Amino acid sequence: MKNYKKNSALACAALAVFLFTTGCHHKQAEAPEPPAPPAETTPAPTANITVTPDTITPGQSAALNWTTTNATDVSIDGIGAVETSGTKTVSPTDTTTYHLVARGDGGSTDATATLTVSQAPPPAASSGALTESEFEQNVKPIFFDYDSYSIRSDAQTTITQDASFLQSHPDAKILIAGYCDDRGSAEYNLALGQNRANAAKTALVQAGVDGSRIRTISYGKEKQFCTEQNEACWQQNRRAQFSLDQ
Amino acid sequence: MEASPSFATKQAVRLLFTFLFLATTLASAQDWVRTGTNLGATKIRLAAADFKLVGNDPALSSAQLTFDQVLFSDLTNAGIFDMVSKSLAPPVTPGSPSEINLTQWSSPPANAAMVAFGAIAVQNNHVIVDGWLFDAKNTQSPQVLGQRYDEALTPDTARHIAHEFADAIIARLGGGINGIAESKIYYISDRSGTKEVWEMDYDGANQHQITHLAAICLSPRISPDGTRLAFDELNSRGGNIRIYSMSLHRMVNFPIHDGTDYSPAWSPDGNNIAFSSSRSGDPEIWIASASGFGLRRLTAYRGPDVSPVFNPKTGDQIAWISGRTGLPQVYIMSSDGTNVQRMTDGGYATSPAWSPNGQFLSFAWSRHYGPGAPGGQDIYVMDIASRRWEQLTHDIGRTDFPSWSPDGRHIVFQRTLHGHSEIWTMLADGTGQQALTTVGNSDMPNWSWK
Repeated sequence: MKNYKKNSALACAALAVFLFTTGCHHKQAEAPEPPAPPAETTPAPTANITVTPDTITPGQSAALNWTTTNATDVSIDGIGAVETSGTKTVSPTDTTTYHLVARGDGGSTDATATLTVSQAPPPAASSGALTESEFEQNVKPIFFDYDSYSIRSDAQTTITQDASFLQSHPDAKILIAGYCDDRGSAEYNLALGQNRANAAKTALVQAGVDGSRIRTISYGKEKQFCTEQNEACWQQNRRAQFSLDQ
Repeated sequence: MEASPSFATKQAVRLLFTFLFLATTLASAQDWVRTGTNLGATKIRLAAADFKLVGNDPALSSAQLTFDQVLFSDLTNAGIFDMVSKSLAPPVTPGSPSEINLTQWSSPPANAAMVAFGAIAVQNNHVIVDGWLFDAKNTQSPQVLGQRYDEALTPDTARHIAHEFADAIIARLGGGINGIAESKIYYISDRSGTKEVWEMDYDGANQHQITHLAAICLSPRISPDGTRLAFDELNSRGGNIRIYSMSLHRMVNFPIHDGTDYSPAWSPDGNNIAFSSSRSGDPEIWIASASGFGLRRLTAYRGPDVSPVFNPKTGDQIAWISGRTGLPQVYIMSSDGTNVQRMTDGGYATSPAWSPNGQFLSFAWSRHYGPGAPGGQDIYVMDIASRRWEQLTHDIGRTDFPSWSPDGRHIVFQRTLHGHSEIWTMLADGTGQQALTTVGNSDMPNWSWK
């Protein structure tokens, strides 16, 4: 038997916190009227920028369109220098305001367009509930070291992805089941499996998932994913498994 | 299948037990029969004659055969007798005191110090047994015991009367400690397809299924009076403590919480149940009344806390398993949660069982825990006062879940070899190991309190 005990509880890595700011909901900002034309004959630049659609969910994309006149130097904050007119596909994860600045011999002007990234699924999409297979494909289990319930660094990555998916499905209830390999003692493994499920819940909550959506149970060593007696198999069995809680 | 321990091992065990005996204080000094084993006392050479058949009822011969076998087996299992083998016994069946020739039994080759004999009859659908125990060396006044049993005939009557007579002999010759021939063992078996609670006699007879929940049943614990069976039911809602009434033959109410409760344990007065619960987040030891109310939390340390067991002698202490420092260790505390003491000094220790006299803990221990470490998970017994311990099983696979017999002379345990689990018993010194189950997987045995 090997001692894989790992005391160094992994300090909670900095988690990507998804800030869903409730952005301004106006469709687009029209360019303010250009400043008073200078005495020279060169006309002042004009600029216009739009985003279609103006509301998406994370993972979707939108088209940015902009046109300018009398400009020689056009840039969009966060994107950089761009052509004087053009289109670009963007898929931000957070609500973003695109700020375009056009400069020309006749002065400068700017225009903005806001793309709102919504947590809620788009109303146009089918409103059917999340299926179990969809859930399983997107919410992966995390694995533990022997006799340990500390979240490993590789599991932290999984937790971040799991949390992201779960946050985009705020109505889904989550059941976390803790499992152990079959080497230890049955009663102790029930408690250890509970600690694993609890650790996974804590990690999800720290990643922004509402704890009231989550229920934890332990199967100890009573259910095995893999029944061979080798480390690869034991590792498969030391896990916290996520499923839809009906 | 088991080779008996070598002479050297026996000698070592004897020496250790002698040392333990000397180490105990005068106040608690008792002979080793009382402290859980029969070592240190000379075994009494006992003969059990075949009983005489009286009458010609068709049920008689099978009843007599069962009676003789069970009586001999019970006396052998008791661990305090040097039994005269049937082949060395005189070929006679004395049915009454007037028919026995004691010299025949006390002289070679039998050399018996005591002889049990008597007669069995079947009349009017009743089994009637007259049994005697005589001191073979005291021809003047030989009778030690004389009993009559008269019980309605069922397939189990002869076995039952043999258990009663054996227990009477054991109580008389074994220092007043009641025998265990009528005790029961509760355990988990998957032979019905799912893990259910089963019950059997102490010798493996009468194995039958108690629960039919088609879930995963774990950790059966019989109440001290034998009327209620607590266990853990594991399903998609998690683990919940359930109670089965042995008298009503059905489940009775115990408040179900949100699927976080494991490993119940009865207090010796039957009024309280301790168990592991994660209702507050971390698995901790809690205690409630036997009806599930008056909850109190006893532990508050991060990490697994599970497998509580009361001191059956006093009821004021609890031993349990905690992983608060890493690998699981045996701890004891007062039943109000104070006076926590760690009992094991390392390795991987689980499944504590407290001896009926309160002096010993038995538990499963993988002492040398680590890559390439020698040894495996074995059953140990520890003297609580001195913390001296003795290993009882050696190289017979992974052993776990020890449970003491009511007389403290035996330990039942789970033995897992090549992924297959069976229930075994042994004397509390590790000798006399024998299998009780042979079908399917059987584990988590729990010996009744009486």
